[in-house]
Amino acid sequence: MISTESRPRLASKVRLRFDRKGERYMLLYPEKGLVLNPTAAAIVRLCTGEHTVGAIVERLVEEYPTQTREALEREVLEFLSAMADRGLVHGDV
Amino acid sequence: MNPEYRPYTLVAELTYRCPLRCVYCSNPVDYGRHDRELDTATWLRVLEEAEELGVVQLNLTGGEPLVRDDLEQLVEKARQLDLYTNLITSGIPLTQARLARLRELGLDNVQLSIQDVKPVESDRIAGLRSFERKLEVARWVKSLGFPLTINTVLHRDNLDHVADVIALAEELSADRLELANTQYLGWALVNRKALLPSREQLDRARELALAARERLKGKMEVLFVVPDYYREFPPACMDGWGRRFLLVSPDGLALPCHVAHEIPGMTFEKVGSRPLAEIWAAREGLGRFRGTDWMPEPCRSCERRDVDFGGCRCQAYFLTGDAAATDPVCVKSPRHELVEAARAEQGAPAPFVYRGPKGAAARTG
Repeated sequence: MISTESRPRLASKVRLRFDRKGERYMLLYPEKGLVLNPTAAAIVRLCTGEHTVGAIVERLVEEYPTQTREALEREVLEFLSAMADRGLVHGDV
Repeated sequence: MNPEYRPYTLVAELTYRCPLRCVYCSNPVDYGRHDRELDTATWLRVLEEAEELGVVQLNLTGGEPLVRDDLEQLVEKARQLDLYTNLITSGIPLTQARLARLRELGLDNVQLSIQDVKPVESDRIAGLRSFERKLEVARWVKSLGFPLTINTVLHRDNLDHVADVIALAEELSADRLELANTQYLGWALVNRKALLPSREQLDRARELALAARERLKGKMEVLFVVPDYYREFPPACMDGWGRRFLLVSPDGLALPCHVAHEIPGMTFEKVGSRPLAEIWAAREGLGRFRGTDWMPEPCRSCERRDVDFGGCRCQAYFLTGDAAATDPVCVKSPRHELVEAARAEQGAPAPFVYRGPKGAAARTG
């Protein structure tokens, strides 16, 4: 369960890679790849286990000043929860 | 080249050699007659060219990739190229020290085959005493910090054990469990009568797998792949011919899948004969069944033509003799009766023909 206090980190089976062909980031894990949009890539790069979801939202607020904090928080929580369900992110508090 | 056709995954079949003799092996039945294996330098160049072409995933497979003593060099190179590298293995022959070395060199994932949940049944399928050793290998994989995929190929004799397979995978702390039903190509086609399950068996196993997937969400990924023979429509084989996957056979043929070089009359090029990008973009070989232009009816006017790309060309060839025919698995195929007939004879007793370098005829004749 991902909350604003969680400190998400990428699962050990997952690697982040820049895709030169598509000029975007991809997550790679066994037999699969997931193309990330720029916001998702920014979130994933902060999933090191050090930052809380709250801190990640703060960071995004600075990067994307046109979006409200509430909208960003909702987006981050939804994205990370979906990632956790797929076993790609662990949400240890 | 149209960016729709980009190989994301290179399936590197390093060898056809394997200590196991599984009765459903997907290697060609005549694998013993193929040319000699590529050398290390050629494989290293293939990895570079493949990455350049867009490949981000590397599956090291075979045969048994562990029998190649240059596996370490290939894994090291793959890591330099930032490829996500999966070792697809029977776990034999392997030592814990070699596995640790592969981890250091950057191997990302180990996919270990387990044939069944008990030694006797498992070893009977593999044609080799191997079950206990596999469990040991699985524990090494986890203790070294690798993610572990357990792959169990399903068929009539083990589909009723799916609950136990799931329990075993959990006990081994697998991160991913592939419950992949046998597809009837290669040695599995030779053994179809002995392997094809009943629809009831399949439905029960699928229910169990789906329940486990829900229960283990976030902990262990559970995949269940049904056999084409029990589908109404075929899946997009390899995500479409020459579209997302590139396979290189042990002797260096650039292929769309592990079986296509068995289709008579097809011309596939060898890696190294010219740049891989040109081989990928060629109209023959990898281009032969790309897209939808080659399609006959009923595929050509079918609303699913961009969904399944006409199904499996190899299955079409092996069942009808024509690789350009609609996959007979499809209910719309004019030759669908071939699949119905195979299902109708399901359950009859039949002996196993074990994989071997002399082919199937030498063993049954």
